[in-house]
Amino acid sequence: MSYVVQRLLTFPLILLGVSVLVFVSIRLIPGDAITAMLGTEAGMMTPDQRAALAAYFGIDQPVWSQYSRWFLGLFQGDLGVSSIYAKPVLTVILERFPLTLQLSLMAMVIALGVGVPLGVLAATRNERPSDLVVRVLAMLGQSTPSFVIGVLIIYVLSVFFGMVPAMGTFTPITVDPWASLGQLFFPAVTLGFAFAASVTRISRSSMLDVLSDDYVRTARAKGASPMSVVWRHALPNALIPVVTLSGVEFGYLLGGAVIVEQIFALPGLGRLVLDAITQRDYALVQGTVLFVAFNFLVVNLLVDLAYVALDPRIRLGSR
Amino acid sequence: MHWTNSRKILAGLAMATALSTTAMALPAHAAELRMAWSQDATGLDPHKQTAFSSLRLLELVYEPLVRLDPELNVIPAIASSWEFSADAKMLTFKLDPKAKFTNGNQVTSADVKASFERLLDEATAAAARSNFLSIESIETPDDATVVFNLSTADVPILVAMATINAAIVPASEIAAGSIGTTALGSGPFTLDSWEPNAKEVLSANTEWAGGPLNIDGITISVLPDESAILASLRAGQIDFALLNDPLIATLVPNEANLELNRVPGLAYNVLQLNPSRAPMDNLMVRQAISCAVNRQEIIDSALAGEGKVTGPLTMPAFAQDTSKLFCYEQDLDKAKQLMADAGFADGFTATVIGANGEPPVASSEAQVLQSQLAEIGIKLDIKMMELNVYVDTWLAGDFDMAVAQNGGRPDPYPMYNRYFTKDGNLVKVSNFSDDELDSLMKQGQAETDPAKRVEIFHAFEQRLAEQSPWIWLSTSYSYTAQLKTVSGYEPSPTGTLFGITKIAIQ
Repeated sequence: MSYVVQRLLTFPLILLGVSVLVFVSIRLIPGDAITAMLGTEAGMMTPDQRAALAAYFGIDQPVWSQYSRWFLGLFQGDLGVSSIYAKPVLTVILERFPLTLQLSLMAMVIALGVGVPLGVLAATRNERPSDLVVRVLAMLGQSTPSFVIGVLIIYVLSVFFGMVPAMGTFTPITVDPWASLGQLFFPAVTLGFAFAASVTRISRSSMLDVLSDDYVRTARAKGASPMSVVWRHALPNALIPVVTLSGVEFGYLLGGAVIVEQIFALPGLGRLVLDAITQRDYALVQGTVLFVAFNFLVVNLLVDLAYVALDPRIRLGSR
Repeated sequence: MHWTNSRKILAGLAMATALSTTAMALPAHAAELRMAWSQDATGLDPHKQTAFSSLRLLELVYEPLVRLDPELNVIPAIASSWEFSADAKMLTFKLDPKAKFTNGNQVTSADVKASFERLLDEATAAAARSNFLSIESIETPDDATVVFNLSTADVPILVAMATINAAIVPASEIAAGSIGTTALGSGPFTLDSWEPNAKEVLSANTEWAGGPLNIDGITISVLPDESAILASLRAGQIDFALLNDPLIATLVPNEANLELNRVPGLAYNVLQLNPSRAPMDNLMVRQAISCAVNRQEIIDSALAGEGKVTGPLTMPAFAQDTSKLFCYEQDLDKAKQLMADAGFADGFTATVIGANGEPPVASSEAQVLQSQLAEIGIKLDIKMMELNVYVDTWLAGDFDMAVAQNGGRPDPYPMYNRYFTKDGNLVKVSNFSDDELDSLMKQGQAETDPAKRVEIFHAFEQRLAEQSPWIWLSTSYSYTAQLKTVSGYEPSPTGTLFGITKIAIQ
């Protein structure tokens, strides 16, 4: 328990570092909210007009005073107001987050549901043709970029099946579960494809290790069925590297899948950050990055706790 | 045994596919136009917004005093008639008695006056203000008459008024400070909802003075990837779409259920030279570059053939035969001779900047120019930038050369006054001014006879091409695509989507 408390205490420090970094770096890029809104027409403005707009966007103050104002707001749960959406940043993020969470979970389910069985299958048939087929598929999956798969899926669906997944807006699972799952199915497949390939490879190699362990031989010698040796004795131990991989990957997914959201026109966190950066909505960039960093920390903590559950020999924090 | 597991997974996948298929079947709305575009509006204040997609949305909601028809003639909108005084220093409008805001209130001369005063107020931060600086005072003798008193003869101001940046908004909304948060106009549609970067819902304004409309409303989806827009059209899930990428647009005619609308736009692709930097400060070097460039080849290889060679003036009423302009046929011998005369027989190295994806063909244009200029010994380094970074660099005039797509105007005066006169706002970008261009520009502003204006601007264009501060290359097309069930759309060179008001859906 003290381990969890210790970890939680480091959160504010890490988030402070992230906030300073993102605050400064977004301001270091040339261009601001004024050029983002007006493009080259910004050059037609008189100095007074420019000043009026800078005041409107809150970028007329010195950077340190912008930061201190924003930082103090954080303690009141106020991440500022987005200039694109004219709404509080936190509200905008929480509107987008359900999609990203659901998409990440679906991609995880697909990746683990396909990857783990394939990895186990390949490991138990080591060096036989089916192992080779799985390994080639995994290699292919890992090396194909997601935009190729996404565009290909949309193309095939529209040309051969005369339909495309619903695009533009998102139907939340609470409103219409089937429409929601249907809309995210193909994006999740796209996202889960490469992920499933990594899971397959990791679970295969980890399974091969475990299968040569003494206790597996003991289990076999005692007459346990091949099925039970693989799935009940070997698999739980072989899963630890898979959990590590999934944890890191899930953390990334929660930050939004920019490319897949762009291709399938899904309003998730990835596109939110992208639009915020291209339109120089500073408050929104800062808030979203902070939110994503926080999620990443939480997921990592959960992964560490999952080790303990999978392998009671692991003791966290004790040296 | 393991195969049983895999089969279950496959069955699960198949089921999920089947489910998603049913979930995706959309109900048909006979009279609602389902539309898509890749870039969304960035705001709702018609006086402040300058982004292409913002203007396209706001044109459906607000109205200016006058608008342009597809031949770029000025036609009535809120004003039913107008008249210049003989000295072009007074412009009088009569308002259409049928024009009403969607809250039911009449559009009066007080609204017109308040709108223009807001536009001219520096605190409003309207970029279009620079087009209306000649307005000295506005009089409203009665509810239906507005008189603009001008400080100088200003004929092009009428065309400048034909944009949504000069929209008439209710005086009451200005007083309430709600322009930009509510979109209350007198246009063909009302904006029911807007989720930025996702979706807009508009419904037909049944009281619209220009009505009636054949559709009940429009839903606009923002699909950032244009190949997804094409797929949605192909699948019949949207009726109508705006396309930017010529490579996507050229695929539309291959589809049996689709139709492409293509119209040459006013915007122009240009290679901007920076005459404040050596060796581009040398007229002969600039002319050599102009002679070395093969404009048609750039169109063929970088724009997939989608474009037309143009001089500085892109509007049909003013454009002249490009063969009358300096070196519009590639002439490498002349180019090499000019380089040698200028003392650069061995060429030089320069950096050319461009914006990623804006236009979509920018980087391929830069590459073709790179290979063409290599013929006369000029080595181009291409530097592509994110759009905002590019805009910032461009406005500061901080480049040797730039591959740009600049917006056009229906009249040459507002189009080039900003760049090529001594007090132009963007002279820092062009870094070029010239007494002859200056005086021609002034004559063109004051001349009321259309034929004489054409003559003046032809001389202006010839001088500009000969001085070669920039190398004008081509105009590109604006594209919309639609299902064959959609009819009546009228495309316009200004890129406006106002032609939607003529659309009917079978």
